[in-house]
Amino acid sequence: MALQTWFANSPPQPGAPGLCALTVSPDQWRQVAQDFAAAAGRLLALWASADERGTPTIRAAFLAEQQGLLLSVPLARPDVPYPGIGDLFPAAVRMQRAIADLTGLRSTDSDARPWLRHAAWPAGYRPLIDPPLSAPGAQADLDDYAFVRVEGDGVHEIAVGPVHAGTIEPGHFRFSVVGEKVLRLEERLGFAHKGIEQRFTQLPILDAHRLAARVSGDSAVAFAWAYCQALEGMAGEEIPPRAAWLRALYLELERVANHLGDLGALGNDAGFAFGLAQFSRLKEGVLRASHEALGERYLMDAIAPGGTRRDLARNGAPPLGRYLREIADEVLRLQMIYDEHEGVRDRFNGAGTVAPELAARLGLTGLAGRASAQAFDLRSDLPCKPYAQLSVRKIIRTDGDVAARVAVRFDELQESCRLIQHILGALPDGPHCTHVRVPADGAMGAGLIEGWRGPVWVALEAGPAGTIRRCHPHDPSWQNWPVLEHAIIGNIVPDFPLINKSFNLSYSGHDL
Amino acid sequence: MLKTLRQIASVGIVSEQPPRPDEDLRIRDSLQAHIRAVLGRALCIRHIDAGSCNGCELEIHALNNPLYNLEGLGIRFVASPRHADLLLVTGPVSKHMEVALRRTYEATPDPKLVVALGDCGCTGGIFGESYASRGRVSNVLPVDVAVPGCPPSPTRILAGILTAISSAPAARAAPGQLT
Repeated sequence: MALQTWFANSPPQPGAPGLCALTVSPDQWRQVAQDFAAAAGRLLALWASADERGTPTIRAAFLAEQQGLLLSVPLARPDVPYPGIGDLFPAAVRMQRAIADLTGLRSTDSDARPWLRHAAWPAGYRPLIDPPLSAPGAQADLDDYAFVRVEGDGVHEIAVGPVHAGTIEPGHFRFSVVGEKVLRLEERLGFAHKGIEQRFTQLPILDAHRLAARVSGDSAVAFAWAYCQALEGMAGEEIPPRAAWLRALYLELERVANHLGDLGALGNDAGFAFGLAQFSRLKEGVLRASHEALGERYLMDAIAPGGTRRDLARNGAPPLGRYLREIADEVLRLQMIYDEHEGVRDRFNGAGTVAPELAARLGLTGLAGRASAQAFDLRSDLPCKPYAQLSVRKIIRTDGDVAARVAVRFDELQESCRLIQHILGALPDGPHCTHVRVPADGAMGAGLIEGWRGPVWVALEAGPAGTIRRCHPHDPSWQNWPVLEHAIIGNIVPDFPLINKSFNLSYSGHDL
Repeated sequence: MLKTLRQIASVGIVSEQPPRPDEDLRIRDSLQAHIRAVLGRALCIRHIDAGSCNGCELEIHALNNPLYNLEGLGIRFVASPRHADLLLVTGPVSKHMEVALRRTYEATPDPKLVVALGDCGCTGGIFGESYASRGRVSNVLPVDVAVPGCPPSPTRILAGILTAISSAPAARAAPGQLT
C-alpha cells in the first residue's frame, strides 16, 4: 500500500516506459527501500552523482509491480554516512562500496573495504567529483586486500586470477576448500576498471552512445539502446517506428549470438568438445549474417541517437530470416543431443544450484534469475516499443542449477529466432533515424533494456552545451556476481568453470 | 551417439583458408628469421585481457571455431605464460592490470612476441588514458604487431598473429645473416 503512495507522488521519468522520479530526504530513504523490499521489489541500480546545484546525491532505481522508480536522495551533510540498505538488498553492498571509491560518500553499512579501487588512485581522490588528474601516467602498484579467512582443520586457500587460464576477462577468485569441496568463494573484481564513468563526462552527449556500447562489448546493443533511450527521453524525441523495430532486431541477434556461444562453451566445460565445435560454427554463421545484413559482425555501432546508424541492407531480410530458421532447427537437434548425453547431463544437473528462495533474497536477475524461478523479463513485464507488440514468451525454470540455466538459453534461443522472423516480416517502412536535439542543461533521462544477460540500466544527466554531467551504466552482473559466491558452496573446485560459465557474468560491465 | 555422429558427418569439414601476413600491422622486428621459422610451425599463445570491454575476446574465441581452425595451423592458446611464445594483449591497460601484465610478460620465456589487439590495445581507443587507464599496450610492454579494429575480425587477428611469426621482407632477403 505504502508503495502506491510513493508512486502517486512521483512525476513520470523521461526515458524508458513505466518509470517515475521521486526525491526524498535521507530520513525517508530507508523507508522507501523497505517498502520496495516488502513488496518483493528489485533494486535495479544504486549510484551517486551531484544534483544540478552540486549537492551530492544518492540515486537508486527500484522496480515493483510493473513500475519503476528513480529515487534521488540529496545529502545536505555529505560527511555524515547515509543509511545503507545492504540488509534489505544484499546486492547494494558492493554498489555502496563502489560509490565510496568513486565519490567519497560512505554508507552506514559495516563493510567499508574498497571495491573498485585497488592501488591505481589514492583514497583521497574522488574520480567522479574531483577534476581529472593532470599526470595520470604513473605506474600502478599492488595493494593488500582483506579477504575473509576461513579457518579450521584442513582448510586451505586457492587463489585464481586476475590472469585466468583461458580467454576470459580479468578477476580474482579466492576459494577456501577442504579437499576438493568449496567452503567459500570470495570474488575480488575491479581489475578491468578503466574509468568509464569519468570518461563519459568528457564526451559530447550526442556521441557517447559509442562508449555505452563498449561498457560490456557482449551487450553492446543493450547498452547503446539504453543510453539512447535515456537521451531521446530527455530530449523529448520519439524515434521512428522502423528504428524501434530495427533495434529489437539487433537486440535479439545479440541474444542469439551470446546464447549460442555460451551453449557451446558449456558443452566444452562439461567435456563435450563436439558442442563447442557445433555451436561456435552456428554462432559464426549468425555473425556473418549480421555482417551481410547490417555491416557489422558485432553490432558495436549499430544504434545511434534517434534510431539506428544504418538501415538493413536492401534485400537483407530474406537471407537473414532464412539463416535464423536454419539455426532454430539445428539448435533443436543439438538440444536433443545434449539432453541425451549422459556425461553432459551428469555435469549439468544439480551443479551450482541457486534455489528460488535464495535467488529472491539475493536479487538474482536476468537469465540466471529466470532459471531460479524469478519470473521477470522487461520485454514482457515493462516492454518498450516495439516489444509490447511482439508478446515475448517468458522462459522460466525452477531448478536453479547449471541445467536450468542451459535450458533457459535453449528456449530463449528459439523464442529470439521466432521474434526475429516476426520482426523481419513486420518491419515498418519509413526512416530508420531522426534528428535528436541536445537536451537542456540539468535534464535527466533513464534507459532500461533487457539485454541477453538481464536488465541493463543507464542514467544520464545532461550538462551545459551538449556535455554530460553524469552517466551511470549498470550491468546486471552487479546483482549476479555475489550470487555466484553462493552457487559454488558445497560444489567441487573442478565444477567452478562450468558453474561460472553458466552465469557468464561481465567483468568489464561491472568494473567500469 | 548415433545423432552425434550423424551431425558430425553431415556438417563435414568447414575450415577455410587462412589470411596472408600483413606487413602494415608490424611495429617492430625483434626476432631473427630462423627463430620465427621455428615458432611458425608450433606457436603457443597466451591471451591477456588487460582491461578490455570483452569485445576482442569474443573474436579471439571465434579463432577456435571450425571455420578459422586455428589449431589446424599449429597455433594454440596455452594456460600459462611459461608455455607461451606470443602474448596476445587486449584492452587499454587498466592500472589495476598493469602489474599483472608486466609479471605475465616477465614469466614468458625469451624469445617472445607481443601482439596488441583492437583499437584500445593500439591507441587506448575510446577509453584513452586516465586515473585508471594506461592506454595503449605499448605504454607498458614492447609491442611487435598491433591489430586495430573494434573488435578486429578473426581474419585480421589471424593476419596479425601470422605477421608476428613471419619474417619481415627485409630479413627474408638476407639469408646470409641468419646468426
